[in-house]
Amino acid sequence: MSNWWSLKVQEIKNNKQSYVLLAPYMILFAVFTILPVMISMILSFTYFNMLEFPKFIGWNNYSRLFLEDDIFLVAIKNTILFAVITGPISYIACFVFAWIINELTPKMRALMTLVFYAPSISGNVFFIWLMIFSGDRYGIANGFLIKVGILLEPIQWLKKEEYILPIIIIVQLWLSLGTGFLAFIAGLQTVDRTLYEAGAVDGIRNRWQELWYITLPSMRPQLMFGAVIQLTSSLAVAEVSIALAGFPSVNYAAETIVTHLIDYGTTRFEMGYASSIATVLFIIMLCTNLIVQKLLRKVGE
Amino acid sequence: MILPLVYAVNNAFKPLDEIFLFPPTLFVRNPTFNNFSDLLNLLGESWVPFSRYIFNTIFITLMGVVGHVIFASAAAYPLAKHRFPGKKILFQIVVLSLMFTPAVTAIPNYMVMSWLGLIDSYWAVIIPAFAYSLGLYLMKQFMEQMPDALLEAAKIDGASEYRIFWTIVMPNVKPAWLTLIILQFQILWGSDGNGFIYSEQLKSLHFAANQIIYGGIARAGAAAAVALILMSVPITLFVFSQSKIIETMASSGMKE
Repeated sequence: MSNWWSLKVQEIKNNKQSYVLLAPYMILFAVFTILPVMISMILSFTYFNMLEFPKFIGWNNYSRLFLEDDIFLVAIKNTILFAVITGPISYIACFVFAWIINELTPKMRALMTLVFYAPSISGNVFFIWLMIFSGDRYGIANGFLIKVGILLEPIQWLKKEEYILPIIIIVQLWLSLGTGFLAFIAGLQTVDRTLYEAGAVDGIRNRWQELWYITLPSMRPQLMFGAVIQLTSSLAVAEVSIALAGFPSVNYAAETIVTHLIDYGTTRFEMGYASSIATVLFIIMLCTNLIVQKLLRKVGE
Repeated sequence: MILPLVYAVNNAFKPLDEIFLFPPTLFVRNPTFNNFSDLLNLLGESWVPFSRYIFNTIFITLMGVVGHVIFASAAAYPLAKHRFPGKKILFQIVVLSLMFTPAVTAIPNYMVMSWLGLIDSYWAVIIPAFAYSLGLYLMKQFMEQMPDALLEAAKIDGASEYRIFWTIVMPNVKPAWLTLIILQFQILWGSDGNGFIYSEQLKSLHFAANQIIYGGIARAGAAAAVALILMSVPITLFVFSQSKIIETMASSGMKE
């Protein structure tokens, strides 16, 4: 045992320069990411209002969260709904659009990449959807529907519970062709061309077989990376919800776990309770990501 | 996909009577620059000179981008090319951190910031930005494909790892720099201070723009104009760096 230790210590000494290069990043990473995650987990077992010292209350926050807080259940339902709809659709859309773009000439490819990627880098331009779904006749959606004669009077799109969720999903999808999309475009360009020729010899007959047996397995690393990016962002819907539906939204129709967290963290100052919401979100994000990673390993097998 | 953006661009050039026209139109008929001059007037009236907001955002973005590229690259190099105890676990933790969003750590982050005395300063936004994990991840994956021979030669000549990093590795990963720069730029350019900054004179452009955008009907024209200006910057950057970014993304994959 002591032998193993002295060996390790020697190894660490030999690599001193590696650790020095790593240190600045890792120290900041520890202070601003790892430490906060741990503090959040500890606080989730306390009552803490920022003024008094945190008081340990065991699992109380969690039991309150799942047994008494009806709005949290709405938030969980909405978050899962968003994730189940926008997660897979945006993931598949990223791939399909990347696949189509890959067939184009380089100039067209660059242009189309820009067209699809533009919404996700345009910052807060999604406020434009406020004008599209504006509640008066001057909104594009109302104006069009009235003109065609489907509607007689304007609909308050963002104030009616039944429309809020679908609209947020649409906007979220519109914003979703981001980093994952770029990774797929890049991944498609790196697939070895000779594999397709070899595949043709081995009896691959159509594009679908080509896609499943050659293209997808060749870019599995990018598929996994894209999945992490799409899934994580689909579980974190908040900004769009707040911008479009307001905060809080009508009858909490657009409440998500993150907006619920913001509510308790920045409005009510119940930090212990908010931390338990953050911890639940953390666990949901980590678990779904790890499960999806397991599933994607099976692609093309 | 592009229609809402086209609508946004057109709105910026619509005279007010066209923005409130029934039925609403997608394209502008009589383009004018009125909205932009409106915006200028509005800005002239603001309590803090508008140039201050612009400076704040540029300063935060510049510092955050430069620091991130250097810190993340320095950490990516040993992770990609060296063998040392703890390497695997450190990288695993960084990958795990890609799987949750900053919302999870927002509350304790505020406490950490206040312990460090960074509340209400630029640095509360800039310093955490140095250690964002996506940049380190992409940089490390990109560096892995660098040929080892390049590094071995320098090592035989007796160069230190710091020297190798600065004179050989960094010049060879320029495409990845650009990718880190644009991803980081997007985050910081759109930053509203993350709740850490409350002095009016330290607030960001994005924050000021939001005040105009959500200012209601009277500001509809100016809002469209400011949105156009804000979005044109990252889009222009992307147009010029697109091919390098795709090159970096090719190595972005997660290997088991």
